[in-house]
Amino acid sequence: MQWESVIGLEIHTQLATRSKIFSGASTVYGAEANTQACVVDLGMPGTLPVLNTEAVRMAVKFGLAIGAHIAPRSIFARKNYFYPDLPKGYQISQMELPIVGKGQIDIELDGEQTKTIGITRAHLEEDAGKSLHEDFHGMSGIDLNRAGTPLLEIVSEPDMRSATEAVAYMRKIHSLVQYLEICDGNMQEGSFRCDANVSIRRKGQKKLGTRAELKNINSFRFVERAINYEIERQIDILEGGGKVIQETRLYDSDNNTTRAMRSKEEANDYRYFPDPDLLPVDLEEAYIDQIKQTLPELPNEKKKRFISDFGLSAYDASTLTSSKPMADYYEAVVKASGNEAKLSANWVIGELSGALNKANLNIKDTSVNEKMLGGMIKRIADNTISGKIAKQVFEAMWNNEGEADAIIESKGLKQVTDSGAIEKIIDDIIAANPTQLEQYRTGKDKLFSFFVGQTMKQTQGKANPKQVNDILKKKLNP
Amino acid sequence: MHNKTIAELSTGLKDKQFSSEELTRHFLDRVKRLDHKLNCFITLTEDVALEQAKRSDKILQNGDAHPLTGIPVAQKDIFCTKNIKTSCGSKMLDNFYSPYDATVIEKMSDAGAVLLGKTNMDEFAMGSSNETSFYGPVKNPWDLHTVPGGSSGGSAAAVAARIAPAATGTDTGGSIRQPAALCGVTGLKPTYGRVSRYGMIAFASSLDQAGPLTQSAEDAAIILSAMAGFDTRDSTSTDIAVPDYTSTLANNISGLKIGIPKEYFSNALESGVQSAVQDALKEYEKLGAKLIDIELPNSGLSVPTYYVVAPAECSSNLSRFDGVRYGYRCDNPANLEDLYKRSRGEGFGQEVKRRIMIGTYALSAGYYDAYYLKAQRLRRLISNDFSAAFKKVDVIMGPTTPTTAFKIGEKTNDPITMYLSDVYTIAVNLAGLPGISIPAGFSDNKPVGLQLIGNYFEEAKILNAAHQYQLVTNWHRQIPDAFS
Repeated sequence: MQWESVIGLEIHTQLATRSKIFSGASTVYGAEANTQACVVDLGMPGTLPVLNTEAVRMAVKFGLAIGAHIAPRSIFARKNYFYPDLPKGYQISQMELPIVGKGQIDIELDGEQTKTIGITRAHLEEDAGKSLHEDFHGMSGIDLNRAGTPLLEIVSEPDMRSATEAVAYMRKIHSLVQYLEICDGNMQEGSFRCDANVSIRRKGQKKLGTRAELKNINSFRFVERAINYEIERQIDILEGGGKVIQETRLYDSDNNTTRAMRSKEEANDYRYFPDPDLLPVDLEEAYIDQIKQTLPELPNEKKKRFISDFGLSAYDASTLTSSKPMADYYEAVVKASGNEAKLSANWVIGELSGALNKANLNIKDTSVNEKMLGGMIKRIADNTISGKIAKQVFEAMWNNEGEADAIIESKGLKQVTDSGAIEKIIDDIIAANPTQLEQYRTGKDKLFSFFVGQTMKQTQGKANPKQVNDILKKKLNP
Repeated sequence: MHNKTIAELSTGLKDKQFSSEELTRHFLDRVKRLDHKLNCFITLTEDVALEQAKRSDKILQNGDAHPLTGIPVAQKDIFCTKNIKTSCGSKMLDNFYSPYDATVIEKMSDAGAVLLGKTNMDEFAMGSSNETSFYGPVKNPWDLHTVPGGSSGGSAAAVAARIAPAATGTDTGGSIRQPAALCGVTGLKPTYGRVSRYGMIAFASSLDQAGPLTQSAEDAAIILSAMAGFDTRDSTSTDIAVPDYTSTLANNISGLKIGIPKEYFSNALESGVQSAVQDALKEYEKLGAKLIDIELPNSGLSVPTYYVVAPAECSSNLSRFDGVRYGYRCDNPANLEDLYKRSRGEGFGQEVKRRIMIGTYALSAGYYDAYYLKAQRLRRLISNDFSAAFKKVDVIMGPTTPTTAFKIGEKTNDPITMYLSDVYTIAVNLAGLPGISIPAGFSDNKPVGLQLIGNYFEEAKILNAAHQYQLVTNWHRQIPDAFS
């Protein structure tokens, strides 16, 4: 049986406002429990919410970036349910009239291929607090620091057909909200997390299957694993003659499984109704236009520009624009290198990204800044060092040994470009290896690299590789 | 001193006839001597009152006093008062000491008012007789066997008995005007948005509005001038300048067009109330006003509409009382669900639970359109009736309540009959208009209230009309014998 999976994501993005969405309390992460919860966040009797207009501005920014309709009037509604970390007994959210309507975004698959994913809506709401079940013997602790933190919930259409596509979409949104500077993107701190709706159907079937909702997944890896596990689970059920039931499931990353939280029958009736404490949010066109003016260059535009201005491949351009810090870093390197765009791309994508990954560091935390890397690339371009030697220089810079020029000088890594000197070394090598010379000349072409190797060894890698090649070709094939 | 209005007491303070401390001690003493008959106060804030009185005396000495400086005022126990018990008439909040002051409390304190104490009320302001209070019923000073009305019954009775010179209340469906009528005092509900709701424990957010209960319209004008105003902490408060409501009280009302809605004079109206109201309207004619018959065709829908909207909002507003962070928590909860069920089951009284259940039902999936949305549509029709009427008239007048004060216990087992005692006041809340009830005589020795309804933000107009009536009548000067 051929199955097709259908996936939609609800991404919860914490907006990077300084204060909460309905109170003046700080949103800074990591403070001592309950020190950043004011009387409004605590749901004290008589307190009232007042909308933080910065959250509205950020939501509009997002809407414009995905080409969505911005609602001239949106309404806050109360979602009623009881939970200890929900102080008012309801969450202020948006139901019928969300601030951001239908939009879309292109995701990249295998570099060149793209797919358009529809975004149904995005709405503003407040985050809940946290329940802490450890450290309190037989009881639970409640930390309300997070209560009232602004969230933009971005709801996609069920347009994704695999876990890979879902992750690509999530990464794209993750990158976009950081480009827009509306979310810090910190997934470990929960600033960016998602729920995944997963169902399967027979290939060719139009009707959607019954879905399960996987709750609160906060890493790309877990999203992929959770969805794949869920797809397998549902296939097993259907192929075993069973029925998938609509329910909310929790991903358990320790065991790589999902387990049921509650079924539709047990689901809350949230009794949504317009919040009488808040006025409708009315946005004038001029306000929306003014935000449009402040939009930064978006990933897709940047990618196009990188391709046309820098002559990069679509793949390289995609990789470099996948995050704004990376794109900014790259552009600064190009500038510092004297417009060595392609070489800069290779180094940023290759050596630098590799080193960052290995050290588990963010590009913002690199010890090799844009000027240093650009300066080194300049020396490759002007033949002061070879690409191979550059790796040594890079490593030295990474270990805080200084800038490229100083390292080249102190370590004597300058490339040998004196043809006479190289010729002399090659003559000696040919003379010392008559057997290999004989074999090469009788057709064993591979031995060419043996002679290159020997030459580089003699020069400690400093001989200009192109010159070495040219001279060797001449000498070995008289 | 106790039979003087705020305006008169203020003059006495400024003329050094007595100090605020003397005045405050006088009223503290009256509360201690007389309140056991009435049960008006949940908390008497003696220490705070004396401290504020002394502060006021200094300000009075310096000569830059507000008309409220040094005047003891009782606050309904629905307003959060910092470090002072704020019970909202409920067992749920019997142990609640607010960490902050309501805007109304702040503004009254800034104007120099002295906090005398916190008054009794129907639990969470849900009731029309003050019988739903966890602290027991308040008695009507005119007849101790009858109710004072509600929910601001403690405030109304305290002013009627002159154990407080003035008080505040809140009005969601008539909770200021109905007890004012039943106790023979003046009670004003301002336009929705005129007074900040911040720190006022919410019953039905789209209807709740705070206002004064006083001996006279002039006193109501003094207090409203201090209470009202835009508040950045309340998104539904309106940013319109607050006039000095006392400055227009003396305006001549000759030519004032008074609308008389025929729907307010139906069979439900007690004959004694009807004749007192008719007499009051004749007084207005003598003052040069013109009576014009009007129609409010959708008035009959007010009570059912209200009893969907208000419970719906209250069911959500009262969700925060869950036993988790403050307020009543049941003993030894077995688990989370048990904590919720028993804390709320034991902490709330019958009427509150009834309304939470009605409201929860009205908002439930499958019923929302039929109840909540429909009620919102009817609410617009009711508002439209008033808008049409105010194209023809300046103010609307009629009875505040269909009957005078009823016996304690008479309606407690019949919620519908109880709800109908607010039949004339509820529409004003649904429309968000200002309304005032003023004493307009007696029926069977029990006070009758005349209701004046104004257009949006025209509190000055109804206060002016009320004051002009009080200049030519002395119903508002009557004090029950036992308390004179």
